Amino acid sequence: MIVLQTAVLFAVAIGGTAVVFAREPLRQAMVVGVYGFILALLFMVFQAPDVALSEIVICTVAIPIMILLALAKIREHEEESD
Amino acid sequence: MSFRGRRALFLVSIPVALLVLVAAFAGLPDFGNYSGVYGRALNLIAVPQRHATDVVTAVNFDYRAFDTMGEEFILFAAVLGLAVVLRSMREEHRRASHEADEEHKFDEPSSLLRAFGVLLVGPVLVIGLYIVSHGAITPGGGFQGGVILAAALLIVFLAGEYLAMKFVAPHALVEFGEAAGAGGYVLVGFGGLVFAGVFFKNFIGLGDPAHILSAGTIPISNGAVGIEVAGAFVLLWTEFLDQALVIRGK
Repeated sequence: MIVLQTAVLFAVAIGGTAVVFAREPLRQAMVVGVYGFILALLFMVFQAPDVALSEIVICTVAIPIMILLALAKIREHEEESD
Repeated sequence: MSFRGRRALFLVSIPVALLVLVAAFAGLPDFGNYSGVYGRALNLIAVPQRHATDVVTAVNFDYRAFDTMGEEFILFAAVLGLAVVLRSMREEHRRASHEADEEHKFDEPSSLLRAFGVLLVGPVLVIGLYIVSHGAITPGGGFQGGVILAAALLIVFLAGEYLAMKFVAPHALVEFGEAAGAGGYVLVGFGGLVFAGVFFKNFIGLGDPAHILSAGTIPISNGAVGIEVAGAFVLLWTEFLDQALVIRGK
């Protein structure tokens, strides 16, 4: 169990860094979804399945959608002002 | 502040921050060493007292049901605020409907995405219903299940068109669902006040632990929250989709 927990903790560290280094917003929205999934795994191996479920629904479903739609709106604004 | 000034400030403050962090971590309890009193107590009493095998749900919807009511209305108010901020402004216009038929979608989804979406809608809906209805027994509950239910509608949009999503979930119905869910939760609280003398006191027979109709009012409040959260998220995404697809500038 300790090995699993350590592995997931490292995965979270790598995932968080990846989110920061993905500079392009569209790509970042995808990476943040994957990162949310890793966080859910973290809660799972630390025996908090309720929190893991909340994390999955918010970070992999709700947030990326909102970012994507906001980006679509911004892009359209830019096209119109061109 | 100049670049040099900022760097100097950074170089001075980072060791201080590190020192504080190390000192703080040194004072933490050992890894995995849980010293909370309430957690242990609840683990012992939640099943005998409330017949709910998921202690987290028992806490959220019974022991601190009043706090959950506050959280519910935070979500309610947030979505309301969003709807106000994202309403169509005076100089914007909505696309006419014949035009909308043409443009109410991004690029045509590929047939693979479409097939995948059609396959996914049913199972996602069932998972959402399962998570909401089994809140008192297994991990999950109204909040998580509600978002999953809303996600099923989102798949309708991804696999088909925005209009199909609006057809399955008309705006008025979604708004009504959200409000009814929030109101229903408060009604459960008043039920406790009327039948047991305390706001949100569990006033229904508790049933057998680990059965779907156990834990008294907990499944009912879970259902109410599920409806409210599903409505809230559909409303939230609809506002964003309207902005991205329907509402145009001057």
